[in-house]
Amino acid sequence: MLNKINLLLVGVGGQGTILASKILAEVALLSGLDVKMSEIHGMAQRGGSVVTHVKMGDEIYSPLVEKGEADIILSFEQLEALRWLSFLKPDGEIITGTQVIEPVPVIMGKAVYPSGIVKTIQGRVQKLISLDALAFATECGNAKASNVVLMGVLARRLGFAKEIWLKALDNKVPAKFLDINKKAFTQGYELV
Amino acid sequence: MKVLLTGNEAIARGAYEAGVGVAAGYPGTPSTEILESIVQYPRIYSQWSPNEKVAFEVGVGASIAGSRTLVTMKHVGVNVAADPLLTFSYTGVNGGFVLVSADDPGMHSSQNEQDNRRYGRLAKIPVLEPADSREAKEFAAKAFEISEAFDTPVMLRITTRIAHSQGMVELAEPVPVVKKEYIKNAQKYVMIPAYGRIRHTVVEERTEKLVQYAGETELNVTKIKDRKFGIITSGICYQYVKEAFPQASILKLGMTYPLSQKLVKDFASQVDRVFVVEELEPFLEETVVTMGLKVDGKRLFPLIGELSAKMVREKINREMGLASSPDEEKTREGLPSIPARPPVLCPGCPHRAVFYVLKKLKMVVTGDIGCYTLGALPPLEAMDTTICMGASIGTALGMEKSNPELAKRIVAVIGDSTFFHSGITGLVDMLYNKGKGTVLILDNSTTAMTGHQQHPATGKTLKNEPTEAVNIAGLVRGLGVKRVVEVDPFELARLEALIKEETAAEEVSVIIAKRPCALLEKAASGYMVIDESKCINCKQCMALGCPAIALRDGRVTINPEICNGCNLCTQVCKVGAIRKAGEDVE
Repeated sequence: MLNKINLLLVGVGGQGTILASKILAEVALLSGLDVKMSEIHGMAQRGGSVVTHVKMGDEIYSPLVEKGEADIILSFEQLEALRWLSFLKPDGEIITGTQVIEPVPVIMGKAVYPSGIVKTIQGRVQKLISLDALAFATECGNAKASNVVLMGVLARRLGFAKEIWLKALDNKVPAKFLDINKKAFTQGYELV
Repeated sequence: MKVLLTGNEAIARGAYEAGVGVAAGYPGTPSTEILESIVQYPRIYSQWSPNEKVAFEVGVGASIAGSRTLVTMKHVGVNVAADPLLTFSYTGVNGGFVLVSADDPGMHSSQNEQDNRRYGRLAKIPVLEPADSREAKEFAAKAFEISEAFDTPVMLRITTRIAHSQGMVELAEPVPVVKKEYIKNAQKYVMIPAYGRIRHTVVEERTEKLVQYAGETELNVTKIKDRKFGIITSGICYQYVKEAFPQASILKLGMTYPLSQKLVKDFASQVDRVFVVEELEPFLEETVVTMGLKVDGKRLFPLIGELSAKMVREKINREMGLASSPDEEKTREGLPSIPARPPVLCPGCPHRAVFYVLKKLKMVVTGDIGCYTLGALPPLEAMDTTICMGASIGTALGMEKSNPELAKRIVAVIGDSTFFHSGITGLVDMLYNKGKGTVLILDNSTTAMTGHQQHPATGKTLKNEPTEAVNIAGLVRGLGVKRVVEVDPFELARLEALIKEETAAEEVSVIIAKRPCALLEKAASGYMVIDESKCINCKQCMALGCPAIALRDGRVTINPEICNGCNLCTQVCKVGAIRKAGEDVE
């Protein structure tokens, strides 16, 4: 494992990006690492683009991941993966759900949602995992857990023990959603 | 025990550990979560006030009566509270008093990006700036000690990146709630001119003592490493500096007002060259320059927006003739254009109906601060002005007086929480000065934009205890407004008729558009569908700007997953092509 990991979690308001970031930060805390997590809320919540920065390592200063600095970008929506692509390190990795949420300019017919996003990204990064997390989450009983399916995929890549992830879920996910979220996490974890 | 806290949660924790007895504020991004977090400590009395001035005054009373007191607001809220702030500086405190000013460089969720450290200098009170969550907690507690030791209110100034970033914090045991004895002292607390003059002298003497303290306190840290250059910085900028130059000599100021000339000069004398790295105003730089030092600050760094580690690295490297980092923009070359994802009114939002009608009637709309400010954006675009909290009503009156031709077309639009904040006095002015304007109060039963806080008409306190709910219609009638009417904004035809009627009236009218926020209470069950056999694809429904109504392959469609079933599009459709799913076709 690297001595410092920069992650960017990106999605659309309502997709659970912030909860996913809190779980991730909790994993770092439980592992005894220094960690900082930065989010912006306010207007962005109203259907806007949401990004959270998570940095973990021996000692973290700036809470922000800047352009060209992300080891991993975890994206819950295709277009958002593309939007934040320039934040990835040259040898960084993208994990993205293939869900499409059209922004208002596209809905209004004023802009076009780019086609073939996964392919476009594939041509530019060395490591890419894309999957229909929504379908996996629906299979587990709740479409809203698709963020946690992708967390499971990320967990495998990061290399903390699975028990630590499950403990972080215990600590951060409301009790009534815990079972479904653990199932969704395991789905993702066993996948790759 | 170590836990992860946001800066806001850490401030709440610090106040708790320091024995705070009273906390008050008004919601405003990025400050809101401080009070929401303080609720978890039942021994602290905490409350939302109708606005920041009242919150500050509640805090003044609490301090004078003997409690350690925390008052929280966003940067522009301090403008509202500036009146008591500048005189409370004269009287000083009894129980320690800390004002949190949460500034928003980059305007993530604000109408301007003023630098409130300037209020510290204006009010002549100490300003502390934590650089992460750990310091947010420690400085909050320290601020109460300083407040009591120097008999002054203290400003704890944070920015969005401190407020909303999580970091590790070591929890400590709280001290018991601090309660000082109340002793009547009119010369200290009654600011008539005779006593005010005495207190002003006290303030100037206090500043001298604070300058002395600034040279000794552990809040300010000098670290000499590489002597080729040194950096004076504070707050989040310290993190950017450490990230960019781990080996640099740094004077990290935890207290940014007042400064100690001795401290700054000692630091400068140990390095070849000095940079000042700060966001927004050259607040530190100006003071350092008056000490006779030559430094580089705003010559290199912008007055606008946020800084970053990358920017600090590049600007200083270039200035020092050092190699700059490689360009990482290549990954973006030749990418398809990426559509923006601006914030929008939610599906089922009651505000949508109001702005649809206002646009249709071509009204001149003076707006206000809240979710409904999104009514200014396409396709609704039904807002002419937005300045600050409560400004809509006064602005409408001024437009009418200045340009009588507009009079019959002007509508002031203001939310329920904003009306209590500072709309009432505007309405009084409209009545008093014979205005003929129409005020639309958008009553969605909450303070929505900042995340659904209670306010005086919701019937609940910050602690979720039931309380008296102010009746908005009754209040308005009590002021003397004769034309007061309530309407459900989803009754589109009635809303339109009312707006026409009330703007034509020769006196002040108030229309209360009443329906709870769609995120609080779903308007209806189910979702809408389009009857393809009837739809003429005129796209009239799309003028609503609802994210559930989309154009797909040239045809209008409704996305059942996000449709709220609010029925607004059915009312807009001229050919009756939209109905609720599952309901019979007529």
